[in-house]
Amino acid sequence: MIETQWIDDRAELTLIDLCQACGLEAEQITVWVVEGMLEPAGAGPDEWRFDSRSLARVRVAQRLVRDLQIDPPGVALALELLDEIAALRAEVRRLGG
Amino acid sequence: MDVKDYYQALGVAETATADEIKRAYKKLARKHHPDVNKEPGAEARFKDIGEAYEVLQDDKKRAAYDRARQRAASGQGFEPEDGGGFEGFDFGSATAGGDYSDFFEQLFGGRMRGAGGRPRSPRDTRGQDQNVVLEIDLEEALAGAQRKITLRVPALDAQGHVELKERTLDINIPKGVREGQHLRLSGQGAPGHGSGPPGDLYLEIKLRPHARYRVDGRDLYFDLPLAPWELALGAKVTAAVPGGASIELTVPPGSTAGRKLRIKSKGLPTDPPGDLYAVLTLVLPPVEGDAAQQAYQAFQAAFPEWSPRAPRG
Repeated sequence: MIETQWIDDRAELTLIDLCQACGLEAEQITVWVVEGMLEPAGAGPDEWRFDSRSLARVRVAQRLVRDLQIDPPGVALALELLDEIAALRAEVRRLGG
Repeated sequence: MDVKDYYQALGVAETATADEIKRAYKKLARKHHPDVNKEPGAEARFKDIGEAYEVLQDDKKRAAYDRARQRAASGQGFEPEDGGGFEGFDFGSATAGGDYSDFFEQLFGGRMRGAGGRPRSPRDTRGQDQNVVLEIDLEEALAGAQRKITLRVPALDAQGHVELKERTLDINIPKGVREGQHLRLSGQGAPGHGSGPPGDLYLEIKLRPHARYRVDGRDLYFDLPLAPWELALGAKVTAAVPGGASIELTVPPGSTAGRKLRIKSKGLPTDPPGDLYAVLTLVLPPVEGDAAQQAYQAFQAAFPEWSPRAPRG
């Protein structure tokens, strides 16, 4: 019996979970929290809890750093712009375009 | 095997300087990065760009490549005659990725496989977590589903070599699952080193585009085609909703195309449930035959003072 857990909008992943899921150091993820790119629940690194969306964001951020050598403020901006583009595309689809 | 055209991949001339090559690479890498560029083939293109830069940004590799091109152009095979000349190549990666084309491996030697790859892991460490995208249909998200998935994951065999193992898992997709959610399967990731535990496997949910419904978070949108008189005079219209049922919608008189009718709680069965929106869409009857022609002309005659292009107050 494989133990499964659904990760959704509820913030349940710890900092360690996130590090292990992406093969990153805690330092790197902490920098992104400081940039406001990730917004975990909880007061400090030990209490941080991340949701599903954070997991996906960290993966994108990781690839952007690895492939395009973007610094943390740049990665934060890139993710925000990508979110905006996705929202605009969704709007266009909703309008039947 | 054909010689790959690395200059063309970067859009530079054969006489390009190192600076020009670097600039071209950086610009194209940003443009075709798969997280930025959602067109199909972006990932393959990104790899090509990376491989081209890996070769052209290094004097020795570029020289070897240019010689190979000359040999190919003069009708010989592009492989070097003496089979050697590969010493001194440094394969630390200037670019991301690490997957190289067959052409690259032929030219620069099979040494690339695994070169610069995994550093020796300390003993007894936990295996890596892995992520797999799981595409589901909207119907599966609405009703829930049982899926059997087959994973091909790298694992270490008895000799410590990496092989691809197939594993089949039964997955229960819950009703109301949304794009971007993950299912974490404990211990189903990469095996650990020494006596370290295996990592976890994350399945990331992605929804396939649906022919009729557009998904936005918890809400669904569909087009409701209407005749001009239905929009103008109002109408009661039957429409299919997700799950197979039909409902009757009331289109208010004086509606305009693009207006949305909200059908509460008929979107994704999440908690709270999303809504379903009918987007009113105008369809003109075809102008085929005399009767249709005359009908349109009569329609025009009924609005002698009105122009769609008149400025509105």
